[in-house]
Amino acid sequence: MTIRLAHYLRMNHMPHMWCPGSGIGIIVKGILTAFDELSINKNDLAFISGIGCTSRAPGYLDMYTLHTTHGRALSFATGVKFSRPDKNVVVISGDGDSTAIGGNHLIHACRRNIDITMIIVNNNIYGMTGGQYSPTTPTGAKAATSPWGNADHPFDVSALCKAAGATYVARAHVGSGVQLQRLIKGGLEHKGFAVIEVLSNCHTQYGRRNRLADPIDLINDVAKKTVNVRQAVKMSEEELEGKYVVGLIHKDESRKEYCEAYDEVIKRATASR
Amino acid sequence: MDKNKNIERKVVFWPGNIIVAEAAIAAGCRFFGGYPITPSSEIAHVMSKRLPEVKGKFIQMEDEIAAMGAVIGASLTGMKAMTATSGPGFSLKQENIGYACMIEAPCVVVNVMRGGPSTGLPTAIGQSDIMQARWGTHGDRPVIALTPAYSDEVYSETIRAFNLAEKFRTPVFLLIDEVLGHLSERLEIPDPSEYELIERPRPTVKPEDYNPYDPSFGDVPPIADYFSGYRYHTTGLNHDMTGFPTTSQELGQSEQERMIRKVMSKVDEFESYEEYMTEDADILIVTFGSTARAAMVAVSDARAAGIKAGLFRPITLWPFPEDKLRELSKNIKGIVVPEANLGQLIYEIQRVAHCDAPIVGVNKVGGVPIYPNEILVKIKELV
Amino acid sequence: MSGHYEARFAAVGGQGILLAGDVLAEAAINYEGLYAADSPTYTAQVRGGPTKVDVIIDNKRIEFPRTTAIDFMLCLAQRSWDRFAKDLKDDCIVLIDPSLVHEVDEKYRVYRLPVIEITKKKMRKMVFTSAVSLGAMAGLTNIVKPESLRKALLKKAPRGTEDANKKAFQLGYDAALELLGKSG
Repeated sequence: MTIRLAHYLRMNHMPHMWCPGSGIGIIVKGILTAFDELSINKNDLAFISGIGCTSRAPGYLDMYTLHTTHGRALSFATGVKFSRPDKNVVVISGDGDSTAIGGNHLIHACRRNIDITMIIVNNNIYGMTGGQYSPTTPTGAKAATSPWGNADHPFDVSALCKAAGATYVARAHVGSGVQLQRLIKGGLEHKGFAVIEVLSNCHTQYGRRNRLADPIDLINDVAKKTVNVRQAVKMSEEELEGKYVVGLIHKDESRKEYCEAYDEVIKRATASR
Repeated sequence: MDKNKNIERKVVFWPGNIIVAEAAIAAGCRFFGGYPITPSSEIAHVMSKRLPEVKGKFIQMEDEIAAMGAVIGASLTGMKAMTATSGPGFSLKQENIGYACMIEAPCVVVNVMRGGPSTGLPTAIGQSDIMQARWGTHGDRPVIALTPAYSDEVYSETIRAFNLAEKFRTPVFLLIDEVLGHLSERLEIPDPSEYELIERPRPTVKPEDYNPYDPSFGDVPPIADYFSGYRYHTTGLNHDMTGFPTTSQELGQSEQERMIRKVMSKVDEFESYEEYMTEDADILIVTFGSTARAAMVAVSDARAAGIKAGLFRPITLWPFPEDKLRELSKNIKGIVVPEANLGQLIYEIQRVAHCDAPIVGVNKVGGVPIYPNEILVKIKELV
Repeated sequence: MSGHYEARFAAVGGQGILLAGDVLAEAAINYEGLYAADSPTYTAQVRGGPTKVDVIIDNKRIEFPRTTAIDFMLCLAQRSWDRFAKDLKDDCIVLIDPSLVHEVDEKYRVYRLPVIEITKKKMRKMVFTSAVSLGAMAGLTNIVKPESLRKALLKKAPRGTEDANKKAFQLGYDAALELLGKSG
C-alpha cells in the first residue's frame, strides 16, 4: 500500500497510540499536506512538542523531532529557531499543555513574534492524564476533576494569542479538513509567530463524561458551534456567545520578526567594534 | 593553567560574574538564554553585549524555565549554550535540567549562590545550593559541579565546564557565590594557546545508520546537530538507543546506568582539588568556593599557633573526590567543614571519611561570609 | 607599601565612591605589580542609601577577600560612618568631610577635609568628588604612589574629562598636604 505523504512519516513506528476516532490524525494529515504543498524538506524541519496526546505526534514524523517537558515546547523551539533562523520550526501542543502550564511561554512567543508555527489542538480536556478539566473546558462541563460540573471559565485561545501579539491567528475545526490544511499552510508561509487553533475531539475523556461518547457526535457538536469569520463580523456579541469563530482571524505583516530584529542587533554590535 | 613565561597575558580587574561571561565566550559559548536574577544578572548583562559582537545569540526569556529550555534547544543545533541564575531560578530550572540529562544535551548552568530558602537573601552570599545541584531534579542522573574559589579559577573552570559538558553530553554546573560574583581581583587572562577546547562527539556514520544513543560508540554516543542530515527523535521518556520511548525495564535500567557510568567511570580524568598543608595535618578542613579562602587563612593561623591544620578543597565538587578524602582522613584527629549554609557538604564528608575522629561544621547563614577566626576557633576546639 | 593594606570607602549611593575603590585597586595592580581585591556592598539601593567599597591590597595573592583590620577609611556621610565604621585598626587613618560627618570616634587618626566644598567651589561639578577624595587619600597615605593613583584615575576617566580629573586630584592632594603641614 502506498500512503501519500509517507515520506514525512516514520512508518516503522506505526500503529500510533491515539484513540480510534481522535481528531489528531486529521490534524497531522493537514500539517503534512501543508509541508508537502510547500515542498518543505524534512532535513530543514524541526517538529517540537510538550507533553500530552497531541505531543506524541513528533514521534511519528521523520524530521528533527523533539518531545520535551510539559508546557515548555515553545521555549525549546525558541532556542532552536533563534540558533537557526534559516530552518522551519513547528510546535504542536494541546490545550492544557499550551494554555495552562505553558501559558506564559505561549503569550511571550506571541509577543516576541518569532517565526514559529504553533498548532494548538484544543479538545477541551487533559486526555492523556485522565480527563481533568483544562483552561478550555466549558463552564459546567464534566471532567475527572469536575464531576459536579466545571466551575471555571474557559479561555478563548485565539483571542488570547491575538491579544498577546501573534501576527497570524487562525482557528479551524477538525471536521473541515480542507480549511484546516489551508490555514496551516498560511501559518507556515507567514513570517512571524503563527497560531493555528484546531478544535478537535476527545470523545474518550471529554465526550464520555458529557454524553458525546461517539466521536462523530462530538465532532458535530463542536461543528454546530462554529461560525465563519466572514459571518461573525455581521453578528452581535450576544449572537456570538458560545460560538467558535473559525477562519483566518488575524494577520499582521507589518511587525518585524524576532530573528530578523536580532540580526540588526548583531549588525549594530559588530559595526561598533 | 600553568604560567607560560613567553605568553603576554592581558591583566584585568573584573568581578567574578564578568569573568564567567568572558570565559564562556572564550570557551566558544555562542548562545545565552537568561532571566534576570540577583546576584547573577551581570553575567546576562555582559553576554547581551558581547554575544552579538561575536555573532552569537542572547535572549532574555519570559522565565527561568524557558531560559533553560531555550538553552537546550540551542544546544541541539550544535551551539555551545549557557544560562546563569541563582537559588530560586535554579529551583525553577530543575525540571529542564533533568530533561537535558535525560536527552544528553551538553550545556552549562551557572548558579551564583545566595542565601535561601525561598527569596532569602538576594544580595548576599550563601552556599546552600550544593545539594540542590546534586539532587535537585528528580531521578538518578550524573552530576558534574565545579566550585572555583579565585578569579583565575573562575575563568579556567568556566572553560572547563563547557569542555566537560561537551565531552560527556551532559549539563555541567558552575557554582560560584555572591562573594565571588562581585569580587574583583587581579586576573591574567590566559592566552587561547594555554587551554584546550573540547567539542561534543559528532556522528561520522551514514545518517541511516545513526542512533543518538548507540552504545557501540561507548558510553558517550555521538550527538548530531539539528539540520545536519541526521534526523532523529528525542524524548524525555525512557528511550532505547534509537531515541524512541520504551517501557522495557532492561533498557530503562541499562540506559540510566550508562548515563551515570559515562561520567563516573571517567572521574579520575577530571577530578580536581587543592591541598594545603595536608601532609602532616592533625586537623583537616574541608570546604569549597569562597569559604575555602577563609579556611586558607585559618590554616596558616593555626600553624602559627602550633596546630597542624591542613585544607582539602574540592574544585570538582561533584562527583566528590572520595578517594582522596578517604586517604587524607585516615590518620586525622578531626575534620572541620565550614560552609555558608546550615550543614550540607558535611553529610558527604561523614559518608566518605574513614575516621572515628569528630567531624564538625562551621555554619553561617544570613549573608556574611565565614571569617578565618571563626574556623580557627573550631580548629582549636578540636585539638 | 608594606605587606597588606585595607581601605574602605563609605558614602551614600551616587557619590561615585565605588569608582574611587576601583581606581585604588587598579593603581595597585597595573602600576605597582601588587594584588588587589575589591568588594562593593551590593544592594538594590543604588542611589541615596549608605554604600561602601572595600579594597584589599597585598604583595601576594589575597586569600580572604574581606576586610578584617582596616588601615584607611574615607567617609562622606554620617549614616555611612554609623553603619560601616567597623573593623578599623586603632591607628586607622580616617578621612572625613566635616560638613557631612559630624561624630566619629576620635581614637582614630581623623583628618577633616572639606572635600565637598572644594569640589563644589573649584570644580563646579559634584561628579569630581571621587577624584578630589583620591587626591586627598594620596596625600594622607602611602598605600600606593600618588603617581600610580593619578594614572589609574585618568585611565578610568571618561574621554574629555582627563584634565578636569587631573585638576580635581591635585586639589585634593594639595589640601591634604596642607592639612599635614607639608607644602605641595
